[in-house]
Amino acid sequence: MTQINFELVSPEARLVSEPVDMIIIPGEEGKFGVMAGHASLVASLKAGIVELYKEKDGEPQKIFIAGGFADVTAENCSVLAEEAINVADLDPAKLEKQLKELRHDLELAEEASDKARLQRHIVMTEAKISAKAA
Amino acid sequence: MPSLRDYRDRIKSVKSTKKITSAMKMVAASKLRKAQEQAEASQPYAQAMSEMLSRVAANVVINESSSKLLAGTGSDKRHLLVVVTADRGLCGGFNANLVKKAIARIQELTTEGKEVSVLCVGRKGRDSLKRGYSGLIAQSFIGLMGSSRVEYADASKVTDYILDEFEAGNFDVCSLIYNEFVSVLTQKPTVNQLIPFALPEASEEASEDDDDAKAEQVSPYDFEPEEERILEALLPRNLGVQIFRALLDSAAGEQAARMTAMDNSTRNAGEMIDGLTLEYNRARQAHITKELIEIISGAEAV
Repeated sequence: MTQINFELVSPEARLVSEPVDMIIIPGEEGKFGVMAGHASLVASLKAGIVELYKEKDGEPQKIFIAGGFADVTAENCSVLAEEAINVADLDPAKLEKQLKELRHDLELAEEASDKARLQRHIVMTEAKISAKAA
Repeated sequence: MPSLRDYRDRIKSVKSTKKITSAMKMVAASKLRKAQEQAEASQPYAQAMSEMLSRVAANVVINESSSKLLAGTGSDKRHLLVVVTADRGLCGGFNANLVKKAIARIQELTTEGKEVSVLCVGRKGRDSLKRGYSGLIAQSFIGLMGSSRVEYADASKVTDYILDEFEAGNFDVCSLIYNEFVSVLTQKPTVNQLIPFALPEASEEASEDDDDAKAEQVSPYDFEPEEERILEALLPRNLGVQIFRALLDSAAGEQAARMTAMDNSTRNAGEMIDGLTLEYNRARQAHITKELIEIISGAEAV
């Protein structure tokens, strides 16, 4: 089976670069799978899990991304994410605590810009928690 | 005439200065390596981002309804200058050159009758601009580059501020003034316009050569959601990348400039020590000769 070159880059580093069988990507308009020979595509992504299938019937490697973009051609698939973390490395207890603190901060926040920023953080943390639970 | 003891003290003090400068040079060299590595690591993302932008841009027609980040607000009256300097000094002309450039730009814009406000990133720039231009400084960010690495999250703070201000309609044009890292020996103060953003035009050159090839290359791309919405989401990210890269360049340039400056100081200190040692020996010899003459002429007199 032909494989597709998958790349995951964040602003600070190239995190993954390897050939894989299939990738499931959380597109803004729904999840989609990418395999070798996929039609060229540019898509924006929402926060969610990227799943890498490296071998047949194997368990996928799951990586949480906080939104980003995907650039797909027949041979390559690169995902640009501002934040990416292995789902295995997420710590639910810590995230719950963070979420609690953020909610508390939100209650105290007065300026609209602060509120918007905290709201974004909360959505992101909730997405991480649900990614872990899934 | 200075006494022998004066010479000895001078030599000692220059020697200890030399020790400090050579230590600073070595620290800067190791920090420079780290900063360069980090700049390299950020390359793939920036590259992928600009590739994607040109791909999307090739399929989008820019008109009134396009994002303001691209089309501008329709006016160029109010300017925001983002001045990126180091937090610390002792790095040669690194900060001074950049501030000079920023001031030249401010004066150019004010003589044209534009309103200017300044966003300072880095303590040195803020301190220098405070003298004479304190009324223009809208906001300062200090300590983003002081530690060993530049975090993307820190760069985002600057980006978020700029985007918030833009949304609020507080300026029309935003440009970035930073030291571009050309080489270890050269850092070039550069002005870079961020808003409205100029799209890469590489694809247009290709069209002149071969229209068919271009059509084949561009059209097979699918966009999800449609091009305009992707572009709208891409532009703020791209702004973030530009700022992050400017901070990285500046951080690497700072260390490079400090390394060069400290290398020079170490060499100068060495030359000074040699000169002083020569003078010290000469004075000592003169002293001995003088004593000998005194003894001999004393003996002759007897």
